[in-house]
Amino acid sequence: MRKALIRTLVELAERDPRVLFLTADLGYTVVEPFADRFPDRFFNVGVAEQNMLGLATGLAEGGFIPYVYSIATFSALRPYEFIRNGPVLQKLPVRIIGVGGGFEYAPAGPTHYALEDVGVLRMLPGLHVIAPADFRQCRSALLSLHDAPGPAYFRLGKDDACELPGLEGRFEPGRAQVVRQGKDMLFIAMGPSAVPCVKAAESLAALGIESTVMVVASMSPPPVADLVSMLSGFPAAITVEAHYAVGGLGSLVCETVAEHNLNCKITRRGVTGSPAGLQGDQDFMNRLHGLSAEQLAETALKIHGESRSPRAGTGPWAPAGDWGPVPDPQAPRKESGRARSGASGALQNPP
Amino acid sequence: MEAPSPFPRVTPTAIRRNVLEQAKRANVGHIGSALSVADIMAVLFSGRLDRAGSGAGPGARDRFVLSKGHAALALYAALHLQGRIDKAVLDTYCGNGSHLGVHPEKGLPGIDFSTGSLGQGLSMGAGAALAMKLKGAPGRVRVLMSDAELNEGSTWEAAMFAAHRKLGNLDLILDLNGQQALGHTRDVLDLDPLRPRWEAFGWDVREADGHDAVSMQRHLESMAEDPHQPSILIARTVCGKGVSFMESQVKWHYWPMSDAQYAEALAELERAA
Repeated sequence: MRKALIRTLVELAERDPRVLFLTADLGYTVVEPFADRFPDRFFNVGVAEQNMLGLATGLAEGGFIPYVYSIATFSALRPYEFIRNGPVLQKLPVRIIGVGGGFEYAPAGPTHYALEDVGVLRMLPGLHVIAPADFRQCRSALLSLHDAPGPAYFRLGKDDACELPGLEGRFEPGRAQVVRQGKDMLFIAMGPSAVPCVKAAESLAALGIESTVMVVASMSPPPVADLVSMLSGFPAAITVEAHYAVGGLGSLVCETVAEHNLNCKITRRGVTGSPAGLQGDQDFMNRLHGLSAEQLAETALKIHGESRSPRAGTGPWAPAGDWGPVPDPQAPRKESGRARSGASGALQNPP
Repeated sequence: MEAPSPFPRVTPTAIRRNVLEQAKRANVGHIGSALSVADIMAVLFSGRLDRAGSGAGPGARDRFVLSKGHAALALYAALHLQGRIDKAVLDTYCGNGSHLGVHPEKGLPGIDFSTGSLGQGLSMGAGAALAMKLKGAPGRVRVLMSDAELNEGSTWEAAMFAAHRKLGNLDLILDLNGQQALGHTRDVLDLDPLRPRWEAFGWDVREADGHDAVSMQRHLESMAEDPHQPSILIARTVCGKGVSFMESQVKWHYWPMSDAQYAEALAELERAA
């Protein structure tokens, strides 16, 4: 999404002289197209994220729209209090770019994993918190919020090629998007976590279980109406996020279920333990924390069985690491079509 | 040459009187810090140095950042004396439903930035100064900072940036009263050698008695001459200045006044006026 970001910002800067770009010395081979095209509007402020957010506050007060860029942990967490007291408290149009949600920077180690950025930022009133699922939705979200009077945080993936089937770049603040529909199982995913959910849905379809996959990119404002509408139609749902299971999408969905008195049992899939210790690539780390497509399919199978049993909804929440039997990946798959039943017409359906 | 201020002249004694009145009425502290900067505020909010609110567009007018937000009462007093905050509003200070808290919030007339968390003001001021340069606007940004804010690493991030980007339209006024919440700065975290530190960071460094308006005015005017170098005016002050029993007493960082202390403080102020 980084290339989509820079392409979109160059385009915005061509027509809007308020656009500035600040980086805390990151973005090698990414930021150059903006820096080359607008050298007077590009600022490498050095490895000083607090100052970067303070500068952006002053620039925004002076009428500019500064986009500040770093790895997600460094742009969201290091200057957190500057975000809180600056653009949030003072309602200024600063755009904070955090690259690499979840384990995208694996095997860089736990200092580089953004596992709590969405949770801590979505608490801040008036701050848009956006986690696009792919580069097309990233572009839509940037364009959609460019003129917003208040601040925004964009949690952008490093992947520039992956496109989530069925999403078609749709984005609207405060809305969720459905990319796959099925009556038997509901996956709700934050941003790029929709990709393994769709894969899990495909393998479940081979077993005759049809799944709906809903993408939540707009974590704040939250898509409450869409969530209520969708959760009302299922006895159980799985939330999936490359984030701690506390504070992010799973928490948002549980808040929604509780506040609207919905009869839907939620299983949260996110990181529940410390990311310190074992290292590996992104796939390894996701698997370590139960976020691979196979593990999600296993979780869904288990929940699907429970939801059809007389004890539906009464079982304990399965702790991280309890994945049940692994289905044979060599087993023949049925052709999986895109099911259309089971979802509300009020939602943003696939085109 | 800056345009004349459209506001009445603000005197340090009037600031101090308002500080004492409001602190007593609201029964709150931070009196020593507000008295410490009364002379600085009078210079900044009087005459040619103050173009804030002068009717110039948002890109042209000056900006002021009270980085030491806990001295907001002195700022409210100055704005009141200028006629930008009326008495009825000032009298809500720290009351329920008031917009005037112990630390200032953006949105009030004359208040460009919300402050209160130490060490954030210079970054915001540098951003405001950069915004003016990018627009080719003639205004200046003045940041008033407490000496203890030099404990914060973010202050030095901003100091490096301002010099590197040649923000000659940025003036930092340091309220060097040598005190912080729990003691003297030399005991808590020594700031010396202060002048060489700022010189090493690439700043134009001036020093003045922070209670000498003429000296400060002269420095602040000449600091505007170099368009390529940010300037710091190290203003040596006395915490609690103007009320002898508060001067240089750490406890007056937080304490409110008793009735007797209030009467004594006001009487002393009037005698000196």
